[in-house]
Amino acid sequence: MRYVTVFILSMIFWLLITFKFTVPNIAAGAIASAITAAIFGRYYFHNVYKFLQPRRWLWFVVYLVTFIWACIKANFDVAYRVLHPAMPIKPGIVKVKTTLRSEFARTLLANSITMTPGTITVDIIGDEMYIHWIYIRSEDPAVYTRMVTGRFEEYIKKFAE
Amino acid sequence: MNNMGAIILISVGVLFNIFGCIGLIRLPDMYNRLQAATKCVTLGCCSILLGVLVHFGIGSAGFRALMAIPILFFTATVAAHALARGAYHFGTKMDERSVKDDYREAVK
Repeated sequence: MRYVTVFILSMIFWLLITFKFTVPNIAAGAIASAITAAIFGRYYFHNVYKFLQPRRWLWFVVYLVTFIWACIKANFDVAYRVLHPAMPIKPGIVKVKTTLRSEFARTLLANSITMTPGTITVDIIGDEMYIHWIYIRSEDPAVYTRMVTGRFEEYIKKFAE
Repeated sequence: MNNMGAIILISVGVLFNIFGCIGLIRLPDMYNRLQAATKCVTLGCCSILLGVLVHFGIGSAGFRALMAIPILFFTATVAAHALARGAYHFGTKMDERSVKDDYREAVK
């Protein structure tokens, strides 16, 4: 079942990227997708039926909107720090605990944190994420965990776990 | 009108790319430079790609530009993790203004 899902997703991707609906093109896409599915299928989610639950898609849209908004904010934040004559930075690496379990959800959270204002995920060891922060606003672990993971963690938990 | 939107989006993208490049020069150490390089440059490129989409409309070229955006997001973030982690393990020093380093104990 995993292999079929990977095949369908790569096929959709191929059709979108070539955008030509002729028979030879679709055949080439099918062969390429089959090879992709054969190689990478085993690294995919174990429970692909989660794709069919509409509630997860709804939370995914909510997450996407929050993510894009955070992304735009991040840009203005970096632009402000770069252009300010005194450069208001206070960098450091902080440790943040995550409650997410699945690898896919953790990857997504790490990627979201990298795109939010002033933070880059450096590494994940066990349950802890190490995050480089350009301006550390708080010394209290509970406070900065909330600031860094923000609302992403709850949204990702709702649709990816 | 269509053209106007494309010009605005592409200009914004180029502007953010310039901010990213300024950050690359001005910020003190490798990790901070990586911040400017990932965030500004990624959204700058996304903005340029959206400008391409508006210019060509929904079609072959437009869809290709649209599909490039998620790929760009994933590759940029993953590259940022890999570069930051690799630099730390290689022994790149953090700037002296840094106030905290929790990662040091974890690496040992």
